Amino acid sequence: MLVLQILIDGFAIGALYALGATGFTLIFGVSGVLNLSHGALMVAAAAAAWAAHTEGAMGSLASAAIGLTVGVALALATFRLVVRPIQRSPAIRAEEREIFILTATLLWGILIQEAIASLFTSNAKTVPPLIGGVTLLFGVRIPRNEILTAILCWAVIGILWLWVNRTRTGKAVLAASMNSRGVILLGIDLSRIHVAVWAVYGLLAGVAGVLLGMFLGVSSYSVGPLTASAFSIVVLGGLGSVYGSIMAAYAVGYLETMTAYLVSPAYRFIPALLLLVTVMYVRPHGLLGRR
Amino acid sequence: MTSLKLPALLTLAFLLPVAGRAAEPIKIGVISEAQAVAGASIAPAAQLAAEEINAKGGIDGRPVEIVAYDDHSSASDAVRAFQRAVNEDHVQAVVASYVTEIALALQPWADRLKTVTITPGAASDLIPEAIAKDYAHNRYYFQGFPTSSAVAHMVCDSAKDLLVKHLGMQTAVIMSEDAAWTLPLDATYESCLPPAGLKPLDHIRFSKDTTDFTPIFNRIEALKPDVIITGVSHVGVQPTVQWKNQQVPLPMYGRSSQAINPVFWKDTDGGAQGVIMQAFAAPDVALSPKTIPFAEAYRRKYGAFPAETGYTAYDAIHYIADAVHRAAGATDADTLAAALEKTDYEGALGRIQFLPPGDPHAHALRVGPGFVQGVMMQWQDGKQVTVWPASLANGEMRFPSYIVTKR
Repeated sequence: MLVLQILIDGFAIGALYALGATGFTLIFGVSGVLNLSHGALMVAAAAAAWAAHTEGAMGSLASAAIGLTVGVALALATFRLVVRPIQRSPAIRAEEREIFILTATLLWGILIQEAIASLFTSNAKTVPPLIGGVTLLFGVRIPRNEILTAILCWAVIGILWLWVNRTRTGKAVLAASMNSRGVILLGIDLSRIHVAVWAVYGLLAGVAGVLLGMFLGVSSYSVGPLTASAFSIVVLGGLGSVYGSIMAAYAVGYLETMTAYLVSPAYRFIPALLLLVTVMYVRPHGLLGRR
Repeated sequence: MTSLKLPALLTLAFLLPVAGRAAEPIKIGVISEAQAVAGASIAPAAQLAAEEINAKGGIDGRPVEIVAYDDHSSASDAVRAFQRAVNEDHVQAVVASYVTEIALALQPWADRLKTVTITPGAASDLIPEAIAKDYAHNRYYFQGFPTSSAVAHMVCDSAKDLLVKHLGMQTAVIMSEDAAWTLPLDATYESCLPPAGLKPLDHIRFSKDTTDFTPIFNRIEALKPDVIITGVSHVGVQPTVQWKNQQVPLPMYGRSSQAINPVFWKDTDGGAQGVIMQAFAAPDVALSPKTIPFAEAYRRKYGAFPAETGYTAYDAIHYIADAVHRAAGATDADTLAAALEKTDYEGALGRIQFLPPGDPHAHALRVGPGFVQGVMMQWQDGKQVTVWPASLANGEMRFPSYIVTKR
């Protein structure tokens, strides 16, 4: 029964981690941006969904939709207000742009974090689940919303795969992640590709944030750990590799869950960090990294 | 003419400083975290108390002025705020922080900067024990909130009536966050639960950073206790919501500081249904004739009821003012501390007295019938219903359908 519990919990946590990290790695793959406001975007989406439900008296689906809208809006704001001005600034040398963007997105994340704390306090908030109740599976009691969370995460990842591999815009995004100059030579407007990727990223971060808010709850304090978690997973999987991120997300999710159940919840993050350090030694470009 | 003017001017010159001092405000520094639910009520409640005092003419003609600082629940920020309050803003007393770790960091500073300091929410017994152990160096520090051990005793006393006698419960698992305030709380739980009729089967302390409580609830359920006895303050929403979402079939009973706040129902989206928590104040429980008027005045002014720390901060400003009045306006730390030791004030929390020097809990609040007493409340359909003691109860315990209770 304990094994089954670990398998189920690890699967749900892994799915959430995978969804959160997928957007993070997508942005890096296409535009080379490590967005350190990632956790803030997730928490903002969850907080907006919570506020829409409690303050706006909206239903679960409508409040979740508000959360996703905030996720997309903030991602586009991050691109337009923070990232693009630095990318286009003649005052910043090309070799210094990455560090400027890292710093700017970190500060932008802190700004969002403080805004959330000011508006809604730093206490944790939980988004209303889409479905209530529990299901008994071989003696293990599982909240139905936890099962739905895992299904939704995989559905969104599946839709993302279809978008990237089956649509014209998606293929252009894939091409841009491989060779942006080639994409320009083919007559594709790269800036439009970037906007599309940031919007998709916002949607992914929004879904991950809202689902996390339903599953475990979030607070303004979650911003740092969520960014760090996505960063670790993406580095472990290989920067820019979506498949690597999904593999790493499950490795981390199961390691954490096993530690929490078999050792102590207090130590749940330690083995995953040890794994990250080990992979950095043995395989610095991560599990499936291309760079 | 000149001979008449000179004595008059001289008299005026002597009187002016006195007249000037008469209007000089009594400044009280208030240090708390504005963004946390527990901290957000402290400064506004203190301000409300100051306005009430000033509306009645101040302290013997001197107005009370609140100088508020935000410490972001950081010990270093709190110490810096304390130094600024005393050295630059020249406050005469400080009301600071509901976090034990921060209160302990400030305790030596009260002596170093010779300033009377009161915590409106830090509960650890370590605070008054330090005062008792080294009175000479800690005599300016007062604990304006009952100790963790007092909290635990109240939980045990009420559990005997509500859980053991009423529901026939016999076993419990203690679940508390890893923090300074829960060390004496847990130790007292361990010693007072068995005489109350509840045998502790296990004792789980979890990190304040825990986000997934499933493994903890799993471990507790496997031990098959009758009830989970809680000791949580920094966390609250997440364990409560996960307890509800996972339909853990055990009641949660004990200290859950966040659950005392009226906004907890919204924060947990109703997940608090059935949670029973110990509290020292609630908006609709007349612990003293001042409790409900204060809660209503706060709601009128700020649009929501205060957190528990709002009541203690409100009382603190009032009994500081009372002490200054009894000390004939003297505000030096020694005179003010001596006056505070003799406090006998009816506040929103109940009758306020501090345990005397020489007591193992010197400068802690006197707790018990006739003094600060507290209640057990349960969340029922969005309302906090008082279920204990019988003299203050306005309802009976009710649990969600998935909770299994013995009878």
